[in-house]
Amino acid sequence: MPGPVTDPRGAAAATPTRRGTEAAMLAFAVVLTTAAQAIVDLTVTGSLRPEMAMFSAWITALWIVAHLAVRRWASYADPLLLPAVALLVGLGLTVIHRLDLAAEMSGNTASREDAPVQLIWATLGVALFVAVLVIVRDHRALSRFAYTLALLGIVLLALPAVLPASISEVNGAKIWIRVAGFSIQPGEFAKICLVVFFAAYLVDKRDVLALASKKVAGLELPRGRDLGPVLLAWILSILVLVFERDLGSSLLLFGIFVVMLYIATERASWLFIGLTLFAGGALIAYQIFGHVRARVDTWLDPFAYIDGAGYQLVQSLFGLGTGGLFGAGLGGGRPDQVPIAKSDFIAAAVGEELGLFGLVAVIVVYLILVERGLRTSLVVRDAFGKLLAAGLAFAVAWQVFVVLGGVTGLLPLTGLTTPFLAYGGSSLVANFVLVALLVRISDAARRPATPHTPAVRLGEAPTEVVTP
Amino acid sequence: MNAPLRRVAISVLVLFTLLIINVNVIQVVRSEALRDDNRNTRVLAETYDRERGSIIVDGTEIALSVPTDGRLTYLRTYPQGPLYAPVTGYHSLVYGNRYIEDVMDDVLSGDDDRLFVRRIADLFTGRDPAGGDVVLTLDPAVQAAAMAGLEGVTGAVVALDPRTGAILGMASTPTYDPGLVSGHDPEVIRENMELITGQDPDPRVNRAIEDNFPPGSLFKVIVAAAALEDGLTPDSVVPAPRELPLPGSSRVIPNFGGSACSPSGEQSLLDALTISCNTAFAQLGLDLGEERVREMAEAFGLDDEGLEIPLEVVPSTVGDIVDDAALAQTSIGQRDVRMTVVQAALVAATVANDGVQMKPYLVDELRAPDLSVLAETEPEALREPISAEVADQLTEMMVSVVAQGSGRAARLPGIEVAGKTGTAQVREGVPDHNWFMGFAPADDPEIAVAVFVANGGGTGGDVSAPIARDVMAAYFEGQD
Repeated sequence: MPGPVTDPRGAAAATPTRRGTEAAMLAFAVVLTTAAQAIVDLTVTGSLRPEMAMFSAWITALWIVAHLAVRRWASYADPLLLPAVALLVGLGLTVIHRLDLAAEMSGNTASREDAPVQLIWATLGVALFVAVLVIVRDHRALSRFAYTLALLGIVLLALPAVLPASISEVNGAKIWIRVAGFSIQPGEFAKICLVVFFAAYLVDKRDVLALASKKVAGLELPRGRDLGPVLLAWILSILVLVFERDLGSSLLLFGIFVVMLYIATERASWLFIGLTLFAGGALIAYQIFGHVRARVDTWLDPFAYIDGAGYQLVQSLFGLGTGGLFGAGLGGGRPDQVPIAKSDFIAAAVGEELGLFGLVAVIVVYLILVERGLRTSLVVRDAFGKLLAAGLAFAVAWQVFVVLGGVTGLLPLTGLTTPFLAYGGSSLVANFVLVALLVRISDAARRPATPHTPAVRLGEAPTEVVTP
Repeated sequence: MNAPLRRVAISVLVLFTLLIINVNVIQVVRSEALRDDNRNTRVLAETYDRERGSIIVDGTEIALSVPTDGRLTYLRTYPQGPLYAPVTGYHSLVYGNRYIEDVMDDVLSGDDDRLFVRRIADLFTGRDPAGGDVVLTLDPAVQAAAMAGLEGVTGAVVALDPRTGAILGMASTPTYDPGLVSGHDPEVIRENMELITGQDPDPRVNRAIEDNFPPGSLFKVIVAAAALEDGLTPDSVVPAPRELPLPGSSRVIPNFGGSACSPSGEQSLLDALTISCNTAFAQLGLDLGEERVREMAEAFGLDDEGLEIPLEVVPSTVGDIVDDAALAQTSIGQRDVRMTVVQAALVAATVANDGVQMKPYLVDELRAPDLSVLAETEPEALREPISAEVADQLTEMMVSVVAQGSGRAARLPGIEVAGKTGTAQVREGVPDHNWFMGFAPADDPEIAVAVFVANGGGTGGDVSAPIARDVMAAYFEGQD
C-alpha cells in the first residue's frame, strides 16, 4: 500500500533556501576582513588610514550585491560557497595590503600599491559572478557551447605561446598577455572553458570510454582506440609545458581531465593510465628541459640552492618556521623577505603572520569550498551538471594542493596562483566565474522539483497511466 | 557517477590532510631550527628594527644606532671605531656580536628582564621598543693615550682606578673599525671581515683579556710581597750574585746583560727590585719555596678562574713548577708563568690600594631608554693578598724603581710614580716582550696601569714605561 502522498509543493516549502545562513556567514567574513585590515594598519603604521572606511564600505557592498544576486537568481544555492570565497578574498586583500605597507616602509616608493588594484579586480569578479548567474539560468545550456568553449579554451591557452616573449613572458613562464599596463593570464579562463568542454564531451562519450577490452592485473583496460582523448589531453599539457614553460597549468589541466574521465567512466584504469602517462611525461621533461630539472633539484634540496633558485622557497620556509604555531601577528612578521610574496607565495605570508593555526584555517576554508562543490556534484540530477561541478570543484582542490604544496616544499614549485587569495586579476576574476557556475549548479541541485514534473512516479500511481 | 565522486572527495580530503601535516612539520617540528638558522635574517632583522641602545663613554656615544631609509631600520655606527674596538666589539648582521655588544646584548637589544615591564608598556602605548644604554667606566683621555702609545706595535694597555676597580682604559693593537662589519650589506660585510682577519695578528682580538704572556720581572713584585709578608723589609740584605747556578742543572740564571747586581754580591731587597736583579729574586724564590711563591701568586689572583669584567678575561697562571730550577725561573717571571695585562694592572692596583684588590669592571651603569638607571656597578673588594704595611713597603720599592731604577722612563713631573718593568724572554731568536706596571700618585694612587708590548725588542723600561707615563699623564691632565 502506498504511504501518504506527499505534496511536492509542500516539500518545496520545506526545503530551506538557507539564504539567511549565507548572509550571516558573509557578515562574519566582512567583519573579519575589516578587523584584519585595521590590525595591519595599527601594527605597521600605528594608525588607521582614512581609506579604511571606504574599503570597508566597498567590500560590504560587494558581498551584499553578490548575496542579493544569489537570492534573486539562485535562491537555493549552497549557502557556504560564497562566504568561503568572501573570507579568502578578504584575507587576500588584507595580506596584499600588508605587503604594500612593507614595501612602503622599506622606502621602496617605486612599487605601486596592489591592494586597491586587487579590490578593483574583486569588483570586476563580483560583476562577472552576477553576470554568470543572470545569463546562465540553466547550467545544462552550457553543454551546447561545448565545442566553441573548447576552441576558445585552446586559443586562450595557446595565445601566450605564439605571442612574442616581450608580451607574454614573465619570470621565465610564457603564460601572460601584457597590454597597456595590464597583465592577463588567459590560462585561468582556459581552465574553465576546458572543464565545461570536458564535462560535455565525457557525458557524451562515457559509455564508449567505459567499455573494457581486457583485464590486466585487476585493472580493466579500455580499448586501444578509446585512448585518443586522454592522449590528446596529455599532448596538450605537454605542449603547454614545452612552449609556455608552465609546469603548473600543465599539471593542472591533465589532472583535472584524468579525474573527470575517471568520474565519468567509473573506471579506475583511467587513473592508472593517466598516472603512467604523467610519470612518463614528467620523466622525459626532467631529462630534456633544464628548467624542469632545476625546479625538481631545488625542490629536493632548496637549501643547497639558497643563493639562487632555492632562495624563494627557503625564505618561505624560514617565514613559516619563524611564524610557528601562532605566527608573528598581522603586520608583525617579515613576509616581504619572500620574493613575489603577493602572488605565488601569499600562503607563506599567511603562515608567517597568522601561524600554523591561520594557515590551517585557510586550508580548511578551501576544503569547505571544494567539498561543498563536490557535494553539489553528488546531489545534482543531470550527468553534465555532476561532471561540471565535480570538475570545477576538483580544479580548485588540485590547484590549491599544487600551489600550497609548492610553497611549503611538499611538491616542486609551479607558477600557479592561490585561488581567491593571491594577487592577480585574471586568477581572481576567473575563479569568480568558476564559483558562479558552482553556485548555479548547486541551486539546481537543491531546488525542489518544479511542479510540472510528474507529482508521483508512474509505478506508484493509484491508477494505471497509459503512456502513448 | 556517485561512487567515484565520493572517492574523489575522500582523495581531496587526503591531499589536504597531507598539506596540513606538511605545514605542521614546518611550523612545529622544524620551527625552531628554521627560526634559528643563521641564514634566516628575520630574527636579526628584527633586532635592526628596534633602536639598539648606545654604548657611552663620558657622555659620548661610542656605539649608537642611527635610523636609515633602508630595509633594516637602524644602522649600528661607531664614531670612534678603532679607538674603542677592543671594548665595544661589533654588532654584525653576518658575524653576530662581540665583546660589550655581545655580553651586554640583552640590555642593548631591550631583551633584558629589567626592561620587561617597559616592553609590555610599549605594546600598549604603541611606542617603538628600544634598547637600554650601557655606560662604560672608560676615560676618553686615558683610552686615547693608551691607543696612541701602542700605535705601530702589537700590545695592550689596561688602566684602572685602584680604589674602585673601574677600568679607565683598555687598549689593544692592532685595532680595526667595527663599523666595517656592522653595515647592512652582507656582501660588503664579508669582504671587510676578510680584510680584517687577513691581517696578522688578528685585530679583532683584545690582547688585554684574551691572551696571557710571560710577565718577566713583573713577577718579582709578587715574590717580594711574599718575602715581606714573611718578615723581611726593603732594607733586608739578600744575596745577589753575578749568576745563579740552576739547581740540578749545568745552566745558570744570569742578570740582565750579564752584569753584577752589586760589587759585594749582596744588596738590599729595595735595591734588588730597583735594578731588577734576577739572581737575587731567583734565590729569594728558592728560599721561600714553591708553596709560598705559589700561595702569594694565587693570593693576587693567578690560577683563579677567569674574571668577567663583564668581558671574559682568560686566567693567569703560575704554571707547573717541577723542580728548584723551575722555581728559580718562575720567581723571575719566566718558565710557565703567564699573566694577562688585566692581571698585571690588578697587581699594581692591589699594591696601590693598601693591599686590597678591587674587582675590575668596565660597565658603570645601565640605563633604560628613558635614561632612568637600571643598574649601577658597586665597587667590590675581590681579595686582600697583602697587608697595608707590606703594600706600603712594596710602594716604597716600586717608587725607587721609577725614581732611580729600570723604570725611570715612567717619571712624571710633580707626581710620584711607582712601577715595575718587565722584559720577558719568549724564545731564542724572538724579540722579548716588554712590560711595565705602575701607579700614581704613589702616596694616594688614583690610577694603576699595565702596559704590554709584544716582542717589543727593547726592555720594559725603554718600550713600555713611556707608554704608561703618557697614559697616566693623560689621566692627570684630565683631572685638572
